[in-house]
Amino acid sequence: MARALGWTLLCLAAAVTLLPFVYMLAVSFAAQGTIYSGALLPAPSLAAARENYAFALTEVPLARFMLNGALVCGVLLVLQVTIAAPAGYALAKLPFRGRPVLFGAVIVALMIPMQVPAIPLYVAIAWMGLLDTYTALIAPFVISALAIFLFRQFFVNYPSEVIDAARLDGFSELGIVWRLMVPAAWPAVAAFATISIINHWNDLYWPLVVVTRTEMMTPPMGLAAFRSSGESAGNVGALMAGGVMITAPLVLAFLFFQRALVRGFGMGARA
Amino acid sequence: MTGSTADLRARRRAGLLLAAPAALLLALLLFLPSSGVLVLSLTDYRFGMPGASWIGLENYARMLADDRIRQSLGNTALYAAIVAPVSILLALWLAVLIEATGRLGGFFRTVFFLPVTATLVAMATAWEVVLHPSFGMVNVALAASGLEKERFLSDPSLALYTLAFIGVWKMVGYNVLLFVAGLSTIPKDLYEAAAIDGADRGWSRFAMVTWPMLAPVTLFVTVITLIRTVSEFETIAVLTNGGPNGATEMVLYTLYQEAFRYFDIGLASALAVCFLGIVAGASILNIVLFDRRSRHG
Repeated sequence: MARALGWTLLCLAAAVTLLPFVYMLAVSFAAQGTIYSGALLPAPSLAAARENYAFALTEVPLARFMLNGALVCGVLLVLQVTIAAPAGYALAKLPFRGRPVLFGAVIVALMIPMQVPAIPLYVAIAWMGLLDTYTALIAPFVISALAIFLFRQFFVNYPSEVIDAARLDGFSELGIVWRLMVPAAWPAVAAFATISIINHWNDLYWPLVVVTRTEMMTPPMGLAAFRSSGESAGNVGALMAGGVMITAPLVLAFLFFQRALVRGFGMGARA
Repeated sequence: MTGSTADLRARRRAGLLLAAPAALLLALLLFLPSSGVLVLSLTDYRFGMPGASWIGLENYARMLADDRIRQSLGNTALYAAIVAPVSILLALWLAVLIEATGRLGGFFRTVFFLPVTATLVAMATAWEVVLHPSFGMVNVALAASGLEKERFLSDPSLALYTLAFIGVWKMVGYNVLLFVAGLSTIPKDLYEAAAIDGADRGWSRFAMVTWPMLAPVTLFVTVITLIRTVSEFETIAVLTNGGPNGATEMVLYTLYQEAFRYFDIGLASALAVCFLGIVAGASILNIVLFDRRSRHG
């Protein structure tokens, strides 16, 4: 009895969770008229699907939005790791003046939500004439306290004897970071990459602040703009096709790399 | 060899050099602007206007006197008061059920985690279509069972609850994941010991072993969920714009409007300081409680 109730609840919760995904996919495959037919799910049609997806990709520059999103996420991730890994190594393994202060600052930084520095950053970016640029989308996030923290936690447990041996072999400190530590810390890198990409691909707040021109919009901002433009009112199919396309990359990546990603989220959560 | 003073000095210098870029950027991009917000909140600075003057705590007084902002803070509290407990308790229940299902558990975990990776803006528009007043699936089903159709997102008495529902939908999966991870760390012999004491199934087993052992995870999940619920922005910006009539306006949306629509930087900065207070307060509470537990427990 209790068991049957448990299964019912699990299946019901799974159904509600999947509902918007299924509906989004179904409507993106439906012809305009059939959506209003009063059926629970509209009938799929390949011709309609082609029309919806083509509209989203051409009339709405969704391909451009996705390119912007990929560029921002990619450049950001490279810069974040480049800046954070040496700092994480220094915090974990090198005795320098001000180390406790820097570590304390990293912990405090973890608690500050992005919306707090956003106002002065916006004023500065506008003053420099950098609104509507990739620099404006990327620059505020190149420093990630989470990345420094994750690297530091991972590097602390790395055996110091190996580092000493590397020094004897003539490795520079920077060489130790990039040729020894980072390759050994790939779970931390993967964990951080997951969190960073999910956060910045999906973020709406900051793009809304610094972007107004259509060609600079990121995927969520572009989709939101399409939704509130007059065009979408008569074209729900294309709107849902856009939703499918911007959601698919991360959802598919999640299904493929599930185990690494789940571990990544667990690590990020503990930070 | 490694202990010589020359080596030590070289390593100190290397540490400083390697940490310097990050320290500098942390100061420049995070701490300087965050302190800047505090300063701006004491001025009447408006973006695009020349100059600004000190007005002390006037922005904070304006904030507390403004009906719209008061409503926004109230909505945020109500939204958090619904979404946090529902998504935490539901996630705990689902996690315990998943733990008991064996091989199918992985399937359910995957399903519940999908909303976490999915783009919320896209999923919010999908929910909007599902909940559409005339042709949405939910209203079609309501009409078919002889009930009134509802305007889920434009009825002022319903809109906030609709957003809360979407909030729970989004939040549950992440919490399930954390609870499942927490459950897997509970030693099996504790359950065996409890079984000897007669607590071998269902509620008594949960109350005697699972709940106390899961307390640190629950605390952590609570703090994370609270921070995420008071930070709700996307669903409001995409689906309701704070409406109808301010019914779904919440703190981050109000902050965004004041700063980047009306350019009232002083007032927006005061709101940002309050927001920081709420979020940092929750984090600090987490650390303090966690610390005390690990010291006494």
